[in-house]
Amino acid sequence: MMVVATEFTPWASLIGGVLIGLSAVLVMTLFGRIAGIAGISTGALPGQREDWLWRLAFIAGLVAAPLLVQAVTGEPVAQTVSDNPVVMALAGLLVGFGTVWGSGCTSGHGVCGLARLSTRSLVATVTFLGTGVATVFVLRHLVAGIAS
Amino acid sequence: MTRALFGFAAGLLFGIGLVVSGMADPAKVLNFLDLFGAWDPSLAFVMGGAVVTAFVGYRLAWRREQPVLLPRFEIPSRVDLDTPLLTGAALFGVGWGLGGFCPGPAWTALPLLAPGTLVFVPAMLVGMGIASFLRAPPRSAKAPA
Repeated sequence: MMVVATEFTPWASLIGGVLIGLSAVLVMTLFGRIAGIAGISTGALPGQREDWLWRLAFIAGLVAAPLLVQAVTGEPVAQTVSDNPVVMALAGLLVGFGTVWGSGCTSGHGVCGLARLSTRSLVATVTFLGTGVATVFVLRHLVAGIAS
Repeated sequence: MTRALFGFAAGLLFGIGLVVSGMADPAKVLNFLDLFGAWDPSLAFVMGGAVVTAFVGYRLAWRREQPVLLPRFEIPSRVDLDTPLLTGAALFGVGWGLGGFCPGPAWTALPLLAPGTLVFVPAMLVGMGIASFLRAPPRSAKAPA
């Protein structure tokens, strides 16, 4: 597993977090719903739920965001994504299945659920943080250690 | 049309938040999860800013009788801790630790067209489809009563 050092960005991350929180507040004020991206994704298919259109538009907004940021700042959005197709396919399947099976993702449980003081969301958040830390530990410190 | 317009605006705001916070970069997420290595605590600041803002904003929103664009608030009311909640969250965390993407950042990273993202997003949608089907099979798939 490739390890890329990243810079600790407390202020940018705090400001970005506040924007995410404001979006969640906007969704609650306008639509009366939780801004969980897993739920919004499954509810965006026509016919799955009534009122799918705002969810589809929300996804379109998510997708448009980096293009707008790049156009305004004139700089590309920096990112490092694994290009191992097997790892990314397995990761995608697990994230998709797990977030719907567990009724929420980082935003649904981690942001909106914690803001509602939901015990279910707190337990879910601690669980996915725990298995996430464990997975990275195994890949970076056990498997990588054996391989090297 | 109004709903679609405001839905787009809310998604755009969310996505800008993800880009500004650095969470559209899986490397930052994986380094947050790497407590015993290249630890980058940024994600905790994203969560902190988002949760505090939503905590205050939700309480202001709930002063209204109903949301602005829909007839009623629909907020999860369950309090029980069931097995799917735990197994789902556990599996999600494993996938998160493998790829560094959760659903929001995966959507936002899509137009940057990294090969890994182009594999991840369709796989995520397949996973969501399987879980949705197993949770609530469509009427036609149910045994006749």
